[in-house]
Amino acid sequence: MNEFYQLGYNSLFIVILMSFFIGALLCVQIKINIWSPWMPRFTIGYAMREVLLLEFASSIICIILAGKVGSNIASEIGTMRVTQQIDALDVMGVNSANHILLPKILAMVSAVPLFVTFSVASGIVGAYVVCKLGGFLSMADLILGLQHCYEGWHLWTAYIKSFFFAFIIASVSGYFGYTVRGGSIEVGRAGTNSVVVSSVLILFTDLLLTNLLMA
Amino acid sequence: MISITDIHKHFDDQEVLHGISATFEAGKTNLTIGRSGSGKTVLLRCIVGLLTPDQGQVLYDGRDIHRLGKREGALLRQEMGMLFQGAALFDSMDVFHNVLFPLEMFSTKTYREQLQRARFCLDRVGLIEAEGKMPSELSGGMQKRVAIARAIALEPRYLFCDEPNSGLDPISSRLIDRLISDITHEYGITTIVNTHDMGSVRGIGEQVLFIHDGCAEWTGTSHDIDGTDSPHLREFLDHV
Ligand SMILES: Nc1ncnc2c1ncn2[C@@H]1O[C@H](COP(=O)(O)OP(=O)(O)OP(=O)(O)O)[C@@H](O)[C@H]1O
Ligand SMILES: [Mg+2]
Repeated sequence: MNEFYQLGYNSLFIVILMSFFIGALLCVQIKINIWSPWMPRFTIGYAMREVLLLEFASSIICIILAGKVGSNIASEIGTMRVTQQIDALDVMGVNSANHILLPKILAMVSAVPLFVTFSVASGIVGAYVVCKLGGFLSMADLILGLQHCYEGWHLWTAYIKSFFFAFIIASVSGYFGYTVRGGSIEVGRAGTNSVVVSSVLILFTDLLLTNLLMA
Repeated sequence: MISITDIHKHFDDQEVLHGISATFEAGKTNLTIGRSGSGKTVLLRCIVGLLTPDQGQVLYDGRDIHRLGKREGALLRQEMGMLFQGAALFDSMDVFHNVLFPLEMFSTKTYREQLQRARFCLDRVGLIEAEGKMPSELSGGMQKRVAIARAIALEPRYLFCDEPNSGLDPISSRLIDRLISDITHEYGITTIVNTHDMGSVRGIGEQVLFIHDGCAEWTGTSHDIDGTDSPHLREFLDHV
């Protein structure tokens, strides 16, 4: 529960902030650079929604989290390793891998639906705000676009994918942290490596899952 | 009593321990001394099972720690307490919960008794007033004392200390030494202490094992140590 709070709550703000601006920016970009007069206006809202649901709220948010939470997990566990806290657990007879990694994986996997939900919601809020203030698009068109051909399944795929990504983030960074040998330099390297490896794995899994889920 | 026979250990292509045999008696403070890099920490890690020796046996009152099944191994570990070179307190928990942790994990006592025991152990090391602090807020010596409290929480039969007073001033060092020695005698624990502090050797060393370059060079009591005929130990003593 404590882990959930630490990993989840502390990342929620960045998720909301990023999604808000991406939602707004998507609207602006599509309107200025992609949209042309022969397209119905509501396509702007429609395209924004699809990008948000299909990729941003799951994959991109999780890559951002791999940077924030993943490096955090790796360096925290790595520090426990080099300061012999993991040895202390082992000597006591505690299964240190389970004891340390399991709560983090559970926390990540249970926090991630929250992230997806908040990401989609604040992305849409961002779009509303920019349309209202910027006057790019009337509210009616935006809402029409957001509802156009809505497929509930797309939202579900975002949740499904994000579960996999959350597991990747927590387990990859946990692994890198747990296997640190040496001192602070190695801890730093474990943090970086875990971000790189989990981002690549996320993208790769994304490709696989998208093929599986959308085909 | 812990007895080790013919412990060999190498890393990569470097052999660190070349066949060490010794006995560590119950109710006594057994000191392992030697120069930095002589292999004291590696030996201790082999004894507690954090490293597996390439060859040799470690017997805890007849039980070979490296050949026990999962359950017996776990039971044996609950009889062991260890004080690491850097204290190794869990820095996500405050002092009190550090001491409570092994009790929560393994004790069969009721929760209320566990709390009492944790308080008792903290009181034993004289740090009951620091119970709410985080490890990072303590001085090195206080951290070591908390680590001792954590190590004795489960009333261990075996206590291991790796350089308990490295980086401490002489007064704190003697305090930690006294604590370790008193606890050992009070509860009849088999205690092994790694050190290169001659103050500890003369103060609490009942049985001394001198390691030189991964070999057991000399064993005896702290009273005989000045009469040694080992040239390496002589050199070690002369430079204190
Ligand atoms: N994990 C390891 N990998 C490779 N070599 C190691 C490892 N641990 C220890 N060594 C080597 O083993 C030798 C003995 O190290 P050890 O830590 O046991 O010394 P020590 O007697 O405890 O010294 P100190 O008093 O400074 O703590 C050293 O030469 C060290 O380089
Ligand atoms: Mg050492």
